[in-house]
Amino acid sequence: MYRELNGQGAMSLGFPGERSRSFCSFDRRSFLKCALASGAALGMGEVAEPAAAAAAWTGQQSPDDARFVAEARFYEKLENRKIKCKLCPRECKVGDRERGYCGVRENRGGTYYTLVHSRVCAAHVDPIEKKPLFHYLPGTVAFSLATAGCNVNCKFCQNWDISQSRPEQIPADYAPPQRVVELAKQYDCPTIAYTYSEPVVFSEFLMDTADAGHAAGIRSIVVSNGYIQEEPLKAAYGKMDAVKIDLKAFTESYYQKVVNGELKPVLDSLVRLKKMGKWTEIVYLTVPTLNDGEAEIRGLAQWVKANLGADVPLHFTQFHPEYLLKNLPITPVETLERAKAIADAEGLHYVYIGNVPGHPAQNTYCPQCKRLLVERVGFTASKMLIRNSCCPFCRHPIPGVWHA
Amino acid sequence: MNTLHSTSRRDFLRTTLAGAALLPTRGATGLIAAEEKGTLRAESRVVIARDALLRGAGSAPGSSVDSRRMLALLDRAVQALFDRDRPLEAWRKLVRPGERVGLKVNTLGGRGISTNPQLVEAICERLQEAGIGAADIVVWDRSSDELERAGFHVAMGGNRVQCFGTDQVDYEQELATYGSVGSRVSKILTQRSNVLINVPVLKDHDGAGVTISLKNMYGVIHNPNKYHPNGCDPYIADLNMLPEIRTRMRLTICDATTAMYEGGPAYKPEHSWQANALIVSEDPVALDSTGWQIIERKRAEHGLKTLEADGRAPRYIATAADAQHLVGTNDPARIKTIEI
Repeated sequence: MYRELNGQGAMSLGFPGERSRSFCSFDRRSFLKCALASGAALGMGEVAEPAAAAAAWTGQQSPDDARFVAEARFYEKLENRKIKCKLCPRECKVGDRERGYCGVRENRGGTYYTLVHSRVCAAHVDPIEKKPLFHYLPGTVAFSLATAGCNVNCKFCQNWDISQSRPEQIPADYAPPQRVVELAKQYDCPTIAYTYSEPVVFSEFLMDTADAGHAAGIRSIVVSNGYIQEEPLKAAYGKMDAVKIDLKAFTESYYQKVVNGELKPVLDSLVRLKKMGKWTEIVYLTVPTLNDGEAEIRGLAQWVKANLGADVPLHFTQFHPEYLLKNLPITPVETLERAKAIADAEGLHYVYIGNVPGHPAQNTYCPQCKRLLVERVGFTASKMLIRNSCCPFCRHPIPGVWHA
Repeated sequence: MNTLHSTSRRDFLRTTLAGAALLPTRGATGLIAAEEKGTLRAESRVVIARDALLRGAGSAPGSSVDSRRMLALLDRAVQALFDRDRPLEAWRKLVRPGERVGLKVNTLGGRGISTNPQLVEAICERLQEAGIGAADIVVWDRSSDELERAGFHVAMGGNRVQCFGTDQVDYEQELATYGSVGSRVSKILTQRSNVLINVPVLKDHDGAGVTISLKNMYGVIHNPNKYHPNGCDPYIADLNMLPEIRTRMRLTICDATTAMYEGGPAYKPEHSWQANALIVSEDPVALDSTGWQIIERKRAEHGLKTLEADGRAPRYIATAADAQHLVGTNDPARIKTIEI
């Protein structure tokens, strides 16, 4: 059921004192996120078990804390106590006492472990539009969480202080799946969102939490780079109710130079998600001069239409200089509008512009009668007219999951 | 010196005699400008000092080294490197009173193959004799737990040699960047030391080929896991270009008392040998080139493929020597190896 937020905005689950620093800084995508946050910070005990709350933050945590360590689910054992990770296409071969590229998985004597199960370093209650998911339960909020780590290293990462850190280097709390579900219910969140860093690297925690959530009637969504192998994609994202994929560019060279990853496996993941019937939206962070060429945008739009269909929402979002890419300007709005125009011309039905407050292209319009269906202000849906998944004016079906 | 492996009368005297005056963290002028080291040195000296009796005659494998012989071995190595008759002359060429010295050890391999605490004790002793206050010496690695597992005693505060991991003080918030590298650097390096003495070990590495001097700097930053693709090339070379590292680096003393020719970086006793040696140089590239060849010879003795044939030649060494880096030289014609 649609719920009007009307300025209630998001709540943030922060830690008191020093620990709250991490929560303030982890998500710097835009001032809007902060502006929308209600500031209703909750104590650490809201997330942590009392025992965990007693452990004062002293700079770094132990990587050996048994509460967070569980055997990884996707890897192969090799000779000489080495392992090959089978979680993402990188397939790290990891020697004894070493970690994979993600920094959150460690080989201990020939057995591979995740160090971030239930190790929550960021938790907020966010509007679902902030993910962004525009065609999935608009106007609702998601209990959103992250652990440390990422399997790529985007030069523009806005959450690099958690995504590019090892788990023991940043504050975190013990939040096992059942605790996450309790918190989601406590804050009237119909969904749990795995987001902020890269959920691929905490897939075991994601799977267990999704199971616990579904048992309690709470759905799960994931915000991911899609850089994941087929088996874990099916196993982990098969448990998701909706997926948002960050498609960073439409060239391998960009993925190689800027992302430290590969394009093709991400495209493969998108096709697999389509076959799995998962509601999927795509975000394309448009970086001036690097991935905003007309041919690239046209190629992207054509590929989406041909492989995923015209109804997949595509969000062109504004880049802000961050991390290792500070020499470029904020994406001009005209660039985003040009990208949208190209995608529109290629026949995509739902092309949005993101990170530009007040832009009309953050609203949803009926592709048939062109009438406004969902009006968004900031990260809230201020008007929602879709009924029974159809345009109320011309009865054209509007794809998505509109009602709980 | 009660902070480290053992306490001796000699250590006690050093600690007691050392002044406690606080000295500036930054600004002290090094005796050897880092840029000069990379660009002007016509020849890089690498000293390989050995002592077959380092562990005593007829000692069993794995037995500990003799502290006095270790000190003597260190003295011979450093004197040969700086061409001095007495050890103190050599150390005074390297450091000045008032400087704050960080000893970056390597403790990943536990007690099996980590920097030997007795070697570190010997270095600390000579540093104090050269006028460095005990409290102005910090022995460090990534974490205090790893240091303890390698046999070091963690010590923070007081007028004694300091010994702790970056986990106690964290990394700088701001990123240090060069080429492919963007990392947060340990505050121990940036805030507690203006001289860096690198004290790595000599061992095989499954990804990088070998891990000796240059790769030991992975323990200085918060995100080493990001720099293992492509045999760590060019990441290791780029990392060693960070001003935080390069302006402080004075000397590398590689602990090759126990070394590994296969199966690294974790300790594999079946692939290790007691080399009973120290390898010392001001040029980490020259030292790594030399150490690489030592490992190759040992691999050949055991009938193993070369690292090149195994697909993991340490190409980063050549990158560190190239015109874009000039961290040192890998040209055999410019490396003078002195074996004693």
